[in-house]
This record gives sequence, structure tokens and C-alpha cells, in this order.
Amino acid sequence: MRRIISILLENEPGALSRIVGLFSQRAFNIESLCVAETEEPSLSRITISTYGDDKVLEQITKQVNKLVDVIKVANLTERSHIEREILLIKVLAMNDKARTEVKRITDIFRGDIIDIGKQIYTVQLTGDDDKISAFIKILSNETEIIEVVRSGTVGIARGEKALRAN
Amino acid sequence: MTVERFSGAELLIKALAELDVEYIFGYPGGSVLDIYDAIFRQDDVSHILVRHEQAATHMADGYTRATGRVGVVLATSGPGNTNCITGIATAYMDSIPMVVLAGQVASSLIGGDAFQETDIVGCSRPIVKHSFNCRSVAELPNVVAKAFYLAATGRPGPVVIELPKDILIPDNVAPYVMNKDVKIRSYNPNVKGHSKQIKKAVETIVKAERLVVYTGGGIIIADAAEQLTALVERLNAPCTNTLMGLGGISGLHDNFIGMLGMHGSAEANKAMANADVILALGARFDDRVTNKVEKFCPNAKIIHVDIDPTSISKTVNAHIPIVGLVDVVIGQLDKELDAVGHKASDNQFNIWWDEINEWRKLNSFSYETSSELIKPQQVIESVYKHTNGDAYVTSDVGQHQMFAAQYYPFKKPRQWINSGGLGTMGFGFPAAMGVKVAFPDSHVVCITGDGSIQMNIQELGTCLQYNIPVVIVSLNNRSLGMVRQWQDMIYGGRHSSSYMDSLPDFIKLAEAYGHVGMQVNHPDELDGAIEKAFAIKDRLVFVDVLVDENEHVYPMQMRFGAVDDMWLKKGVKV
Ligand SMILES: Cc1ncc(C[n+]2csc(CCOP(=O)(O)OP(=O)(O)O)c2C)c(N)n1
Ligand SMILES: [Mg+2]
Repeated sequence: MRRIISILLENEPGALSRIVGLFSQRAFNIESLCVAETEEPSLSRITISTYGDDKVLEQITKQVNKLVDVIKVANLTERSHIEREILLIKVLAMNDKARTEVKRITDIFRGDIIDIGKQIYTVQLTGDDDKISAFIKILSNETEIIEVVRSGTVGIARGEKALRAN
Repeated sequence: MTVERFSGAELLIKALAELDVEYIFGYPGGSVLDIYDAIFRQDDVSHILVRHEQAATHMADGYTRATGRVGVVLATSGPGNTNCITGIATAYMDSIPMVVLAGQVASSLIGGDAFQETDIVGCSRPIVKHSFNCRSVAELPNVVAKAFYLAATGRPGPVVIELPKDILIPDNVAPYVMNKDVKIRSYNPNVKGHSKQIKKAVETIVKAERLVVYTGGGIIIADAAEQLTALVERLNAPCTNTLMGLGGISGLHDNFIGMLGMHGSAEANKAMANADVILALGARFDDRVTNKVEKFCPNAKIIHVDIDPTSISKTVNAHIPIVGLVDVVIGQLDKELDAVGHKASDNQFNIWWDEINEWRKLNSFSYETSSELIKPQQVIESVYKHTNGDAYVTSDVGQHQMFAAQYYPFKKPRQWINSGGLGTMGFGFPAAMGVKVAFPDSHVVCITGDGSIQMNIQELGTCLQYNIPVVIVSLNNRSLGMVRQWQDMIYGGRHSSSYMDSLPDFIKLAEAYGHVGMQVNHPDELDGAIEKAFAIKDRLVFVDVLVDENEHVYPMQMRFGAVDDMWLKKGVKV
């Protein structure tokens, strides 16, 4: 089962490598990982998308929590939450037909064409994992995909619930 | 008035002195010469020069296991640091607090493959509790204070501090400021058991008919042996210890039913398998205890107390998990027992004890003696006798280790020192040296094997230099006995590389290093030799005991079986 784990930790050298090292050392999976500073510069927030059964997830959460730099860990998938990922994709747009199709599909998915080359469109799309995967698949039926870059998932709980240092 | 300023090397030593460090175990090299210079110019902290950095880590480790105080290791960048890896891993697996001061090339050179540069923080990441890349002179004392705090609190473990040369040199100075009252917002180690869980645990305990108290190294680390003994007596319950937990309750106590696990006693493993409630205190259901996890104690309700939440329900599911310091939780359990009106006189476990006493009659540690060959078990019994059971006993890894655990009943915690988690051959001798340094007036004996002793034999030199007169008793079976035992049992007796051909003359070897060497090869000479060895107090004695090479360690759990599926002797199942 796919899970989204949010980690609040000290923004210190080595902290990220401890997290990544832990996942490989204990044979936990990482599907994607995002990290950046929070509103409080001394804190980083990591979102990891992983998969495993309940027992594995329990170990992951406990092991991450045990790292000295980690302040809080939450399993977002446990309750209602919002997930987003950003996609930048370059596709071949050689002729009118391809250009029209790329534009049409992008509009339907509420994406943006953010750069145009002689024969290439670059498209940006935000959404959850499903939406992004569907978009790439549909585009690939219409034209050739040159390059794909996905940010990996970030997530946040819905409503009042917040992951804060205290 | 100007504030006095010090180099990083001086700040480091001042910090260690303020934290009451008596000894640094180490070995010099280019990146740490400033530290060695600072050591030379003061008297508060002594340095012990080992012959190999691995031995420094085990020495610090042995010192710590015997005293409870954080051990300190110093090594130079590159090979000095990588030589420490095995010792760091050993300490990590057994939750031993240790601070490793790891020299590093100058900050400006880091990352450039400089001479003797290794990323020691990276190399050691999976085997430390935490590590620091110290990058400024001024912060050095506080980093040291944090490292000690982290190493010693919560579930203890090794901490590495990487010290680049440029923050140690004399031209880079800062005032000495150390805040001993360490607080780390992301780390809160002092945990009390959840009161609801304590209530549930006591409800379960008072209703139990077949309770076993199963304890591990956590009891030793937390100095909770007296509390444990009182709890066991109050409940009049049987108590078993893991290899790491021996001495948690006296090995001579009526309620002690022996070590459990792979080479545990029949009564301990039988009691576990038939228990209705297991109270696990500071133990972690290691695979050397459980045997096949799926078959482990299917009918028992498990109460698991541990400071480390990751240990709980990792292998075996706990019905009542309690996260907390084990000494604190025992106190809470005791109070709650009072609160529910539990009385020791209830004789709750009379029938249970009858069953256990039947298993005791299996006499699972009996062995046959011979008039010609010395049995390894006999040697341990002789060592017990001639040390009044009061020695600090360290061991290496192999058959001799199991014999020591089985045949030397440990009366007190911290008396038995071995590498249980990692199983590091080469641990025993330097660990004994660390103990002897801390307790020069006590008997300190290293029970070792002809294989293991050769893994850190070079430390005979250190013992002469610093006058560390430990007794080494080597159960010499001319083989890697434990490997050979497995080959006998599982690999059709094919002794692939488990023979020790060309053993050195250990007497001459000991003598070459300036010590006393003795050899014993007949049962009639054994007692006399062991007595003599322990009578020599001021010199290191190496006793090379030629033992029966065909002896196997029994009992032994059967592979893939339940906790109590075991061979009592060759071909005899329990
Ligand atoms: C560093 C290391 N290498 C290999 C092993 C695997 N091993 C476990 S016991 C053993 C044999 C030990 O031989 P010896 O020290 O003579 O003890 P004996 O079993 O003969 O008493 C070996 C090789 C180990 N535990 N540690
Ligand atoms: Mg041997």
C-alpha cells in the first residue's frame, strides 16, 4: 500500500543523508522524496512516498522518529489530506496537428504550456500522482515525449491538523 | 580583562576533563597530532596507546560495560578511523555508550580525496546513534557535551565526532564555554511508562498462571538488577536472562532458570514455550532467542518493556507494549502491584514451579568428563572456583563464549562482558583490558579461543606498557570450534577452513611480549594451573588450555523450530 510520510527535522548537514541511509539500510522503499526548508529556517520538511504493509509502516515511522534530528513524523495517508506533485514535460510539437492536440490535452488537465521551441512544447502540470501519470500516458499516445521531470509528492493534512515543532 | 583563548585541541581536552573522563583509548596520526600535543601538556586525562584502533574501541567498550561510564576513543583520519568501524558496530549492537573522536583532514581539503581522507561520518552512519561534523573551534566543547549526553541517555550508543585538523591547530583559538545542561529539542530520552499500559500489565500479571520474566541487556545498562530481583521475588516468578542480560539476577538465585535461546537451558526455553504471560524487560526478541519467530510462544500474552519503540513489535508482536526506561517502569509496576493489593504470599505459581522443576531435572548442562582430555566446560568451572565467582569475565565469540555463559554463574550485573549482538571475534581481550584499567584490584579474565585471540593478540604489547595484568584463558581446540560444530551438524562434517593449522606457541608468544605463558593439557593439571594463574596478580598470564576438540555446545535449538525444540545432547531431543 502506498503511504505518504511527512517528517519535520532539524535543517542540519547530514540530516537528510541519515533519512535516506535509514531507508536503504532497513530495506524500506522510497518512491519519491521531497525536501526543503520550512517557514522556520532551522527546520526542514521532508515528504516521502513509500509503500509497505502496516507492520513495515510502523517500523518506518518508529525508526525515523528515533533519529536524533527528527522532531516529528506523520503518516498523511492515515487521514484526509492533500497531495500535489509538479510535472515538467517536453514533447515534440512538429506540426499543427500535434500542437493542437498537446494544447487541447493540456487545457483539459488544466496544465500550462510554459515554453515553446521550434519543434518542442514544454508543459507544466500540478496534481496528484494519478493525474500526472494519466496525463503523461495520454500525451504519449499523441506525440513523442522528449523529457519528463517530476518533483515527487508533497502533502499536507486537511483542516486544522498541522505538523509543527510544538 | 581579556578572556583566555584556547586551540580546538585544548578545548577538546578541557571539555573531556570537565566531563570527568579518566581515559582516552587511542592511536596518533597526522590529523590528530594537535590533540596529542594537548594531551601531553596536561594531567587530567590519561591516554592509553593501543596497538590497533579496533582494540581501542573494544577497550573503551569494556571499560564502559564494567563501569557504566562513557568510553572515549581517539583515532586519526583515514585508516585510523576505518579501523574503528568494527568496534563502533559492536558497541552499537549492544547499546554501549561511546564517544569516538575522529580526526579529519582540514576543512578546505574535505571532499578532494586528500591524503588519509575518509568520510568517517558517512562510513559509520548506519552504526552510530548520532554523529557530528564539528566545523568551528568555538562550538567544540558544546559538541562534546552533546555527544556524551546522546551517547549515555535513552537507548545508549556510540557517537562519532569528526574533527577537521584546522579547528584543532594552535593558530585557531576560542574561549572555553561549555553548557553541561544539554537540551536537544528533537530528543527526549526520559520516558515513563504509560500509566494505562502499566495498569493493563499488572492486571495481566496477577491473573497469570505461568509467568516468565525474560530480561536482557537493558537491565544491565539501566543498573536495574536489584529492582529486577526484588520484582521477581515479590512475584515469585521464574526469571530467564538473555546472553546480554546475564547477571541481571544472580545466576545462583532460586528463581533463575538459566539463559534462554540458542544455547539456553532446557528449563528456560521450555518455560518460555509454555508460558501464558511473558514479561520482557529490556530485551528485544533477537533471532538467537526466538528461533523461528512464527513458532515463538504462540499462547503467551507478551508484555514488552523497552526504551526503544523500534524494538517493540519488531519481530514478535507485543500485546502490551510499554515504552520507557526499564528501571522507571519496574518502579511503576511495583507501585501498581501494591495498588491492586498483590501479596507475595499468594503462591500464584506453585503448579508452574512444579512443572519447571521437572524440566530442571533434564540437567541440560551436564557433560561427560574424561580422564585424558580436558573438557572446555571444566575449564570454566575451574575459573569460577578460583575466582570465587567474583571475576569480571569477558569473552570472544565461539564455543568458548557459550561455555562461559553457561558454566560461570554471574552473581552481579556488569560482571559478564561479551559481544552479543555483533558477535565480534577479537573483542574479549581488549575488553578485558578496559575492565582491568577501571578495576585494577579485581580478577579480570578473558575466556577466549585459539581463533579469536589471534584477532587482537597485538595488544599484549599495550598490556606490558601500561601494566594491565589480565588473565587470558584460551580454550584451545585447534579449530574454529563453533564453525566446525555447524559443519558437523549441518554440512555433513565437511570441515571447510575451520581448522587452525600452524598455531603459534602461545607460551613463547606471551613471553616474547614480557608476560607469563602456561600450557595445560591434562585434566589432572587443570585446577592447579588455573589456581596458579589467578595467584599471579602483577603480571599478565596467558593460559593455553588444550581442550577436547570434538566437544559441541549443548543444548542447542533446532533450526527453524520453536523456542523449545532443542538438542539436549548429540542425537537426544528434548
Ligand atoms: C570477526 C569475526 N569473524 C568471523 C566470525 C564467525 N565465527 C563465529 S565463531 C567462530 C570460531 C571462533 O573460533 P575460536 O575463537 O577458536 O572459538 P571456539 O569456537 O573454537 O571456542 C567464527 C569464525 C565472527 N564471529 N567474528
Ligand atoms: Mg577454537
